[in-house]
Amino acid sequence: MTTVDDRPAAPPAGAPRRRVNPVLALLRNSWRQLTSMRTALILLFLLAIAAVPGSVLPQRGVNPEKVNQYFVDHPDLAPRLDQLGMFEVFGSVWFSAIYLLLFTSLVGCILPRARDHVRALRMRPPAAPKRLERLPQHAVLEAPAAADPEAIAAVLRRRRWRVTVRGNEVSAEKGYLKETGNLLFHVSLVAVLLGVALGSWYGWHGNRILVSGADNAFCNTRQQYAEASLGPRVDSADLPSFCLTLDRFEADYLPSGQASRYWATVTVDHLDDGSTRTAGFSVNSPLRLGAANVYLLGNGYAPILRYTDRYGRTQTSTAPFLRTGDQNATEEGVALFPDANVDPKTGKRAPDQQVAFDGLYLPTAPDKAPFVSSQFPEERNPAVVLAAYRGNLGLDAGIPGSVYQLDKRQLSNGKLKQIGDKKLGLGEKWTLDDGSTLEFVGTQPYITISVRHAPGQTMMLVACVTLLLGLMGSLFGRRRRVWFRVTPPEGGSPTSGSSLVEAGGLPRTEHPGFAPEFAQLVAAVSDDGRDGRRAREGDE
Amino acid sequence: MSALSDQLVTFAILAYLVAMISHAVEYALGNARKVPAAAPARELVGAGVGGPGGTVEEPATPVPPAATRASRSAARAALAGRIAAWITALAAALHLGAVVTRGIAAERMPWGNMYEFVLTVTWIGAAAWLAVLWKQPSLRRLGLFLTLVMVLLLAFAELKLYVQVVPLMPALQSYWFIIHVSTIIFASGIFLLGVVPAVAYLMRAGWEQGKRSFPYTLARRLPAAAGLERLTFTLHAFAFPIFTFAVIAGAIWAEAAWGRAWGWDPKETWAFISWVVYAGYLHARATPSVKRNVATWIAVVGFLTMLMNLFGVNFFFTGLHSYAGV
Ligand code: HEM
Repeated sequence: MTTVDDRPAAPPAGAPRRRVNPVLALLRNSWRQLTSMRTALILLFLLAIAAVPGSVLPQRGVNPEKVNQYFVDHPDLAPRLDQLGMFEVFGSVWFSAIYLLLFTSLVGCILPRARDHVRALRMRPPAAPKRLERLPQHAVLEAPAAADPEAIAAVLRRRRWRVTVRGNEVSAEKGYLKETGNLLFHVSLVAVLLGVALGSWYGWHGNRILVSGADNAFCNTRQQYAEASLGPRVDSADLPSFCLTLDRFEADYLPSGQASRYWATVTVDHLDDGSTRTAGFSVNSPLRLGAANVYLLGNGYAPILRYTDRYGRTQTSTAPFLRTGDQNATEEGVALFPDANVDPKTGKRAPDQQVAFDGLYLPTAPDKAPFVSSQFPEERNPAVVLAAYRGNLGLDAGIPGSVYQLDKRQLSNGKLKQIGDKKLGLGEKWTLDDGSTLEFVGTQPYITISVRHAPGQTMMLVACVTLLLGLMGSLFGRRRRVWFRVTPPEGGSPTSGSSLVEAGGLPRTEHPGFAPEFAQLVAAVSDDGRDGRRAREGDE
Repeated sequence: MSALSDQLVTFAILAYLVAMISHAVEYALGNARKVPAAAPARELVGAGVGGPGGTVEEPATPVPPAATRASRSAARAALAGRIAAWITALAAALHLGAVVTRGIAAERMPWGNMYEFVLTVTWIGAAAWLAVLWKQPSLRRLGLFLTLVMVLLLAFAELKLYVQVVPLMPALQSYWFIIHVSTIIFASGIFLLGVVPAVAYLMRAGWEQGKRSFPYTLARRLPAAAGLERLTFTLHAFAFPIFTFAVIAGAIWAEAAWGRAWGWDPKETWAFISWVVYAGYLHARATPSVKRNVATWIAVVGFLTMLMNLFGVNFFFTGLHSYAGV
């Protein structure tokens, strides 16, 4: 490549000097600094460095639990890092400042370059320098076949040079694609950023667990998501209205326990037009509903636990247990029965008689103790290993608790007590000390889904394609110029019937292949006829 | 099949090792020409060795014995170099065999985990090196560094990363997997090859500026700095758009598999960092006020970020990509 023509920095000398407003001068100088290649380079580097903490430290947007864990592990350091935005690097003020400056610099850089480029495209290739022999490439053609300027121009045009003829001189230039591509590339970068901005303003997404069965259907409202985030320009009322029911979930496993296929079948009810359809989706092939896409992120089982309290009243919990992360799908979770042991006479909740169970669910329990982890991810010998608790579950305290964990404070302050533990196979029943029973009835599969609307994506995709095209044009395009000067035969010379042609070539960007290209060109001009015929034959 | 693949890897490492030794012999013999009396002949021989094909013309006129000795050792050096190049080609063939048999054993593209990834990336690097060598035989002495990199990376893969053949998990079963991973591998292989002339250039440029301390002395017998710099640029300019495409393909795949095109997962973050650093390299090289050795350092840093992404991220962080399996 590459020599960059720096833009003319100063106005032509000699113009009468006016007093310059110092503020304006400062502004103009800062702008010039900001839009220089050097600044762009420094900002690029800063951007790369600024991204590093985003991979080293846990990020809220990627993994909020890990951020909380970090606060627990580093109680002193974490709040200070948090103040610096280290857990949300890619949304932090300093990261934004760097890329906004970079893109300002970029726009300030490409606008004048685009203008210059359009101008250059309109201009004719420049006149030949006086002394062609000083150029990097030079040749003298004796008695060439194409001996007059128009014939030479024709040869060049056939090879797709931009040509202009001035008297007995031919100027030609090629490789505008380089600058065109470069501008396209940089403009595309801006377009990608705009696509990102569009997505974050007008996009939304939510995550939740969907347990199979019609009772567990979910409708697309903000309250129904465990976790949702709406762009600043999106209102809860804007969410498209549809409901999803998980009809079936299939998972195939290899003998090693590795999953080989997942498939979720759902019923989609569109509430706007009342239409209903069933659809299937999987990892790598999301359910595209038009207004939003539904992605399959995970799956598991929700044990069905039936508790019969001391008054003989029965309640059933189908709470999803979450994967612990081991290979064989051991899950842990909790089943809460806050309405247990309500005295039928008074009908009042007894806050110290609530019941809960927590522990593990094993899709394939081992035959012998210890029952701590599953042997296979598929349900072959399902079992739950549970501890029972009675007392106050702390659900009314107004402190939001997790639905996947017991409130540990209630245990430590003694309001909730453990009253035993047991392993239950499918259909087995456990009688507790007060005569109440817990039965492990079965399981329901569940899936974890992400529902998402990302409006900037088409724009980003298009911008990525033009970015690549521009990049290739920019990297592989080569600007070069050639000139031919025809000297007519000297009037009286008896021997020379033909003209003398001199040629010069100048690669404007580093281009090792230019010498051979120039030689070929000269050869083509030398025997215009044959070359022309060959070219025409090639066209047919 | 899988066992055959493992054996082929071992043989390939051995072959690269032999090639490296042969290159080292070329180097050592080249350095033996310190005989003062041989000065004029040395120039002649040096020119012959550096030329395309690396042939040495025996001087026809009688020359002082020291000079003959020098030229004979130069001829031997050239022979050692040519042998090294052929052994490298043999090693690359064995290496290719290892990649292919691994793929056959797994009944899929052999890019399912880090071991297979490194195996394929290094093969791309070696194959691209042979292509460069074919076009520019005068760069042959770089082979010493290249084979060294090959032996180190392959041995590391064999000792630390090796895993049994297993099928892919559902998230990896997508044609985007093939597109994304193959282009990442290809670009990484070229970047891997590109760092060899980059480092060689930095040493050689120092040598040409008269630096005679340790790392620069290694560059004594290297090809001229300008050519190394141009090769560095050519390789990076070739790899960069492919890498860009690969990252875009990854984003398209991530959209389908994880529901978002870009989520700043550690792998994605480091790909972003590498991309920005390599863009910085191309930029720096196009900026007249930035010196070439500064630009080349940026390319080296770019390669370090690629290594960080390949090894560091897999070992130190967990993210969505971590199922790629250490
Ligand atoms: C968003 C940040 C930017 C990125 C990722 C980026 C990336 C690149 C890349 C990869 C190239 C190499 C293409 C080639 O060499 O032909 C390039 C070239 C170039 N960039 Fe940028 N750039 C950025 C911002 C800027 C800015 C702010 C300026 C102006 C100050 C600028 C001016 C140029 C110029 C003049 C070239 C052409 C060099 C040549 O002639 O080859 N770029 N850019």
